[in-house]
Amino acid sequence: MRPETEAELAAMVAGANGPLRVQGGGTRTIGAPVTGQVLDMSGLSGVVLHEPGALTLVAQAGTPVAEVEAVLADEGQRLPFEPMDHRALLGTVGTPTLGGMVAANVSGPRRVQGGACRDFLLGVRFIDGAGRVLKNGGRVMKNVTGYDLVKLMAGSWGTLGVLTEVSFKVLAIPQAEATLVARGRSDADGVAALSAALGSPFDVSGAAHLGDGAAGAARTQVRIEGLAGSVAYRVAQLQARLPGFDVVEGAESAALWQEVRDVLPFAGVPGAVWRLSVKPSDGPVLSAALKAQGLDHKAIFDWGGGLIWLLVDAAGDAGAALIRGQMATLGGHATLIRGNEALRRAVPVFQPEPAPLAALSVGLRAKFDPRGILNPGLMG
Amino acid sequence: MEMPKPDPQVMAKKPQLVKRLQEVLPTDAVIHEEAETRAYECDALTAYRCPPLCAVLPSSTVEVAAVLRICHDMGVPVVPRGSGTSLAGGALPTADSVILGVARMNAVLETDYENRFIRVQTGRTNLSVTGAVEQDDFFYAPDPSSQLACAIAGNIAMNSGGAHCLKYGVTTNNLLGVTLVTMDGTVLEIGGAHLDAGGLDLLGVICGSEGQLGVVTEATLRILHKPEGARPVLMGFDSNEVAGQCVSDIIKAGVLPVAIEFMDRPCIRATEAFAGAGYPDCEALLIVEVEGSDAEIKEQLDLILEIARSHNPVELRESTSAEESAKIWLGRKSAFGAMGQINDYMCLDGTIPVSQLPYVLRRIGEMSQEYGLGVGNVFHAGDGNMHPLILFNANKPGDLERCEAFGADILRLCVEVGGCLTGEHGVGIEKRDLMVDQFAPEDMDIQMAVKDVFDPKWLLNPAKVFPLEVSRLRRAG
Repeated sequence: MRPETEAELAAMVAGANGPLRVQGGGTRTIGAPVTGQVLDMSGLSGVVLHEPGALTLVAQAGTPVAEVEAVLADEGQRLPFEPMDHRALLGTVGTPTLGGMVAANVSGPRRVQGGACRDFLLGVRFIDGAGRVLKNGGRVMKNVTGYDLVKLMAGSWGTLGVLTEVSFKVLAIPQAEATLVARGRSDADGVAALSAALGSPFDVSGAAHLGDGAAGAARTQVRIEGLAGSVAYRVAQLQARLPGFDVVEGAESAALWQEVRDVLPFAGVPGAVWRLSVKPSDGPVLSAALKAQGLDHKAIFDWGGGLIWLLVDAAGDAGAALIRGQMATLGGHATLIRGNEALRRAVPVFQPEPAPLAALSVGLRAKFDPRGILNPGLMG
Repeated sequence: MEMPKPDPQVMAKKPQLVKRLQEVLPTDAVIHEEAETRAYECDALTAYRCPPLCAVLPSSTVEVAAVLRICHDMGVPVVPRGSGTSLAGGALPTADSVILGVARMNAVLETDYENRFIRVQTGRTNLSVTGAVEQDDFFYAPDPSSQLACAIAGNIAMNSGGAHCLKYGVTTNNLLGVTLVTMDGTVLEIGGAHLDAGGLDLLGVICGSEGQLGVVTEATLRILHKPEGARPVLMGFDSNEVAGQCVSDIIKAGVLPVAIEFMDRPCIRATEAFAGAGYPDCEALLIVEVEGSDAEIKEQLDLILEIARSHNPVELRESTSAEESAKIWLGRKSAFGAMGQINDYMCLDGTIPVSQLPYVLRRIGEMSQEYGLGVGNVFHAGDGNMHPLILFNANKPGDLERCEAFGADILRLCVEVGGCLTGEHGVGIEKRDLMVDQFAPEDMDIQMAVKDVFDPKWLLNPAKVFPLEVSRLRRAG
C-alpha cells in the first residue's frame, strides 16, 4: 500500500483487516520483526511550509530528510538535533524520511546541548489505528494547549499512529565550529574530561569518547559552535582547562562528528550493536563491569558518556542478559539496534519496563490502536 | 466559567474522609475547618473561588500515595496544588474535592554537578532550585515570572516557560525524570539521570498534563553552568511592523539571543509612568539580551545592532554597565505591576507565528476600540508567545464578562493565524471552553483517552482542560 494523500491513508488504515508494517524509507530496521502488509509512506512527501524568520518548518512525513536539510541549508538553517543516518551501521539502502526519524526519535551528538528530536518537534498530524485523522501541537515554539502528544508520538515507532505531517523548530547553522581532540585517554579519564567541558560555561555542542579499539586509539572530542570570535575564545578557555587537547576546525571537525553521529566505526564490522542511555558518569563504570563479567565489546561514548554504543559478539543472546542486568542496577535503558531477525525475535529489543509502566504503555496502545494493527509487537 | 455541581454524596462523606485522612497524615496536615479551607479557594486567577471539601499537605511520596488511595477508594475528586500561582485556574477546587498541596515537600534530594542534574521534591520553588546550586555557578534555566513563588510541581503540570526559553527551552526540555503517583496510589519512576525515554515517552506527556494524570512528587532537573555574563540592548521603533521584522531578521541571522522581549506603546507609557526606566516614547520597543564573555557579547551585539540599524530605530541603547542593564530591564519587569496600577487586568498567553505579529497587534488594537477596553502588549517576541493585558474594572458590573469575551476573541485570533490558545500558562478553566476553537472533537478525544489510561475514574483535577460538555460522559464514570 502506498497512499499519496492523508485521506487515502486514513481510508487504508480504517479498511485494513490485518497488521500493517509502517515504512518510511526502510533504512531503520530496528525493533522486533513485524509481520504485516507494508504501508509505504514515501508517497506523502514534500515541504509544506518553511518560514526562516520564524524558525519553522512543516513537511509531510514521507519527505526525505536530505530534501529537508537541503531546503533548510538554502536559508542557512538546519535540524538542530543532528539526526543520525542509520544506513551505514545497519547496512540498509533507501532514503531516510522525516516520519521514520520522528518515529524513532533520532538525535545525534548535539542532543546533549540543545535537545532531542522530540524537543524540536512542534506538531504532528497522524492517523490512529481506527483510521481517524488527528493532530496535536502546531507550528509555534511555545504551546501548552492540551496534552503534549507530540512527544508521545516521537519515539513511538509507529505503534500509536501513522505520522502524516510534522513541524519543527529549526535553527541557523553557526558561522564556525571547532573540536578539541585528545588521544589515548582511558574511558574514565575521557569521560571525566567531557564532564568538565559540559560543566563549563562554554556551551559545548558535542562531547564524545571513542574507547580504545573502537576507531583505533582511544579518542576524546569536544565541539564548540557559534560566531567565529566566540568559538576561538571558548576553544582557548577549554584548552586551558583540558590539558593535552589539540584543535581541529571546519570540515575536519565536521568529519569527526559525522563518524560519531552515524556510529561509523561499527559499520561493516561483524557483531551486534546496542545503544544504552545511562547517567553519563556511569558510562565507563558500566563498560568496565561488562568486561569484568566476560562480555567482550568495543564502546563509543557520546552525550558526555551517557549514550553508549556497544559492539558485541552476536552469538547467543548478544550480551542481552548481562547488559540488562547492569541496567537494572544503574538505571537507564538498552536497545538492540543491530541484530539479525532471529536475534531480534529471541531477545527484547527495547528495555523491558517495570509492570506498572508497562501497563500504562499497553493501555495507551489499546486506546490509540484498538485493533493492534500498527507495527504490532515492534516495541515488545 | 461553569464548574460541575458538587456531588452531594461525596459532600456527605466529609466526616469519614477526614477521619481516614487523619489516620495517614499528621493532624496539622489535614485542613478541614471551613475557616481554614478558604485559604485554598483559588489560585492566581482570583475571579473564581470555591473552598474545597478539605486540603491535605503531605510530606512525602508515601503520604501522597496514601491520600490518593483513600480518595480513589471513596470516589473523591483531587485537585493537586503547587504554590497556587496558576493564572489559568489550574488549582481551582470544587466544593466536593480535596486539595492536595505539595508545599511541605521542598527538599533537595540530590545535587550532581558531574552529571549536571538536581533532584528535588516538587513543592520546592523554581527560584530556590537555582538557589541550591548558584553558589557553585549553576542554574536551572526555565524562569517563569512567578519564579519566586511558583513550585516545580506546577511548572511541570503547566510545562512553564519564561523569558529565557528562546535559548534554553521550557520545562519539558529541562525535565529528566519524575516520581509520579497515579490516582490509585501507584508510585512510578519515569526517566532519571539519563536522557530520553526507553519505551514510550510518558515523561513527555506527563509534563503539561495539568495535574490530570498523576501527582508528581519528585523531579530530576537539568542544571547548567551559568554564562560568564549577559547584557541587554534596547531598541525603539515607530511601528509594530518594523519591530516585528527586526525580530525575524535577528533570529534568522544565526545569533540566538537568550531573550527578545517586546512592548507596545500603551505598555511603554504605563511602565514609564510607573517605574521611570527612561524608555523612549515610541510605538514598539524591543529588549534583546545576549550572553557570554565580554568579547562574545560584543561580537553578538555588533551583529544585532547592525540589523537593528537597518530598520531605522528611533532609539538604540546599549548597556555599558550592570546599572544600565538593570535599568533597561526595569520597565519590562514592572510592566504587569504598572498595568495593575491603572486598573484590574487579565493576562492572556496565546502564541502566534512570529511573522503574524504586526497583523495580530493591529487586530488587537481594533478590537480594543470595539470592546472599549484598553490593552497593553508585553511578550516574548522571539518565540511568538504574546501576553496581551486587558484592562477592566472588576467593580463595574459586566466589565469582567466583556473582558473575558475580548480575551476569547484575541485567543481565537491567535488560533486563526496558526498559533495556539496558551504558550506557557496552561488551559486550566480559563481557556477550557475555547479548546473547541483549536481542536476537533476527535483531537480532544485522543487526549482524554490518555487520561482514561492514567485515571480511569476521572478523579484528578477533572473539571479542567476539556470543556465540561466534552468530558461529561467520562466524568460521570
